[in-house]
Amino acid sequence: MSVEATARQPQPLFMSGNEAVAWGARLARPHVIAAYPITPQTVVIERLSEWVAEGKLDTEFLHVESEHSALSACMGASALGARSFTATSSQGLLYMAECLQYASGGRFPIVMMNANRALALPWNIYGDQQDSLAVLSSGWIQIYIEDAQEALDMTIQGFAIAEHAEVLTPVMLNLDGFVLTHTYEPVDVPAPADVDAFLPPFRTPSKMSLEAPTSMGFTAGPAHYTEFKVQQHRAILRAERVASEVDQEFGRRFGRSYGGAVVPYRCDGADVVLVTLGSVAGIVRETVDRLRARGVAAGMLKLRFMRPFPEREIVQALSTARSVGVLEKDVSFGHQGAVFSEVSSALAGSAARPALLNFVAGLGGRDISRNDVEQMFDQLQVATVRPPDPRVRFVNVQENGNG
Amino acid sequence: MAEAVRLKLALSDDEPFLGHKACAGCGGSLAVRLALKVLGERTFAVLPAGCMSAVGFLYPQLAFGCNAIISTFAGTASMMSGIAAAARALKLRDYHVVGFAGDGGTADIGLQALSGAIDRHENFIYICYDNEAYMNTGVQKSGLTPFGARTTTSPVGPHAAGARSRKKDIFEIVAAHGIDYAATASVAHAHDYIRKVERARATVGTSFLHVLAPCPTGWGIETSETLEVARGAVDCGLWILAEYEAGRYRINKTPRRFKPVADHLATQKRFAHLGKTDVAIIEKERDSRWARLRRLAGEQSARR
Repeated sequence: MSVEATARQPQPLFMSGNEAVAWGARLARPHVIAAYPITPQTVVIERLSEWVAEGKLDTEFLHVESEHSALSACMGASALGARSFTATSSQGLLYMAECLQYASGGRFPIVMMNANRALALPWNIYGDQQDSLAVLSSGWIQIYIEDAQEALDMTIQGFAIAEHAEVLTPVMLNLDGFVLTHTYEPVDVPAPADVDAFLPPFRTPSKMSLEAPTSMGFTAGPAHYTEFKVQQHRAILRAERVASEVDQEFGRRFGRSYGGAVVPYRCDGADVVLVTLGSVAGIVRETVDRLRARGVAAGMLKLRFMRPFPEREIVQALSTARSVGVLEKDVSFGHQGAVFSEVSSALAGSAARPALLNFVAGLGGRDISRNDVEQMFDQLQVATVRPPDPRVRFVNVQENGNG
Repeated sequence: MAEAVRLKLALSDDEPFLGHKACAGCGGSLAVRLALKVLGERTFAVLPAGCMSAVGFLYPQLAFGCNAIISTFAGTASMMSGIAAAARALKLRDYHVVGFAGDGGTADIGLQALSGAIDRHENFIYICYDNEAYMNTGVQKSGLTPFGARTTTSPVGPHAAGARSRKKDIFEIVAAHGIDYAATASVAHAHDYIRKVERARATVGTSFLHVLAPCPTGWGIETSETLEVARGAVDCGLWILAEYEAGRYRINKTPRRFKPVADHLATQKRFAHLGKTDVAIIEKERDSRWARLRRLAGEQSARR
């Protein structure tokens, strides 16, 4: 057995977010990978292809003809109880939209990386979150990643969550295009044997087998359909507890855990809190520190999971806030940011009724600067004394206006 | 009679497709039933949206005796690819992966996935049961609807006379990929069809069978006429029984003399509006197709 097969990499490797996902997938030992290239996801499937070619990864790699086929093939593999992985982005994610609902309805525990990228038209290959948030209701567990280490670790955790007997729901890991997929960071790579111990082979009684032939993916009429959907809904709700347990177990074994569906940062006693998700959290965290040093009671609430939606944790973390902003890289045209809708809905049931502001920024890869974030906090402070109008504000737009 | 006896000996008495809700006289369900009798219980069957999935999977009344799953409409060949890949990875032994897709599911929405799978030489058998329109949704024109046929989307009226496009030649499209094995067949020539399923079963790589499967509802024939009309298509030369293997075409049955196309079309209400001009167009197309296939098969003389 090679050193590589047993030992942890002696020191952190320098790798991009994409490569971190590829490493996570490699360590999870999927039986089948089916994928189609799309910028900025390509490096994930290039690395995996190279490792197959070099004999470092033993998997059936299907280089398919479309994203629709990629997810369709993963479902076929999953229907036999095999572990399967794919990766996509943007147009590709929407091209497989039909298969997203199919995979969650079929309870196929596939793990998929999505490189968050803008949607055409206009064409744009850079990062924003319009793609994954457009498919928020597809029945997938949606996780938003902040850095490369988390990308590797959550790829492994993703399988543990998806394949859990109480969950059996596919997982989508979202990484901001370029900002995270193409940024290099030192990443600790765990030992394969340790990952094997953490993530044993997938076992499920719900599969097609030669010993006990069965029908899957069937039709259910009005008399039965609702019951299937209720089960699906309850399963993804259970994923919140399971994900937390998986994260704690991962922490015990590898010394790193990520803290559940939300991560409050200096929210205790905070007056103004910015809620956000993905890689932009880093700059918001820095800004919070700077403001705190100036005596401003600022905080950040990072959302790691959008589905299942951590409503209770959000209400709890924002219990003292007098104004709450949501910073997101998407908009539901004709209304507001999708995350803002979700957070507002959560807070509607809470005793605290903070002022709410939506910051739509970073569309099509536009930079979100320190100054931008600081201005958001300025606006949140104003909102503590005066009801904000308008509530939905496009940040850093070149004409004169806010949304 | 001799053929019937041989068939009886060759086929399993097990019914792998039973209790489904297909219409009386359904050609598609016959194609599925015969193929599964050949392939047996150790089979993974994939069926996209379409007639056979609609009639075979209505929970809790599930009609397949083998493993079976409905794929997305466009995803028959891609889901089969995933199953084949997983079966390899899990080191399964002694099994078959088969798909049953209709004409629209194959030649229209499913063509991309089929093309990719053939290109990868995926180890499976893809069976297209061709009833020549989207029958499950109520007879709409597909890419395999023949010239002149009336469907609900190629109606007949003062400004229209049924389908105006020529039927895609899915057999040659598939063969052009350099597929490992391809054949056309008809539910009326059961012995030939069963032999071809057996050939596909023995093939390593991708096999494609294109089987003519009349639909009484969509074609406007009696439910008792399915086999007779399917046989008529072969006898008048509109349906050619052929194979493609290792780069070579082979025609399996050449009628000594084609029966009149007009008589065959007259058996089906979907062609009732056609006049002499349209029949002549259909005959001309038939003749050019025979000439091309004979050339491909290396046959010199054109017998009639």
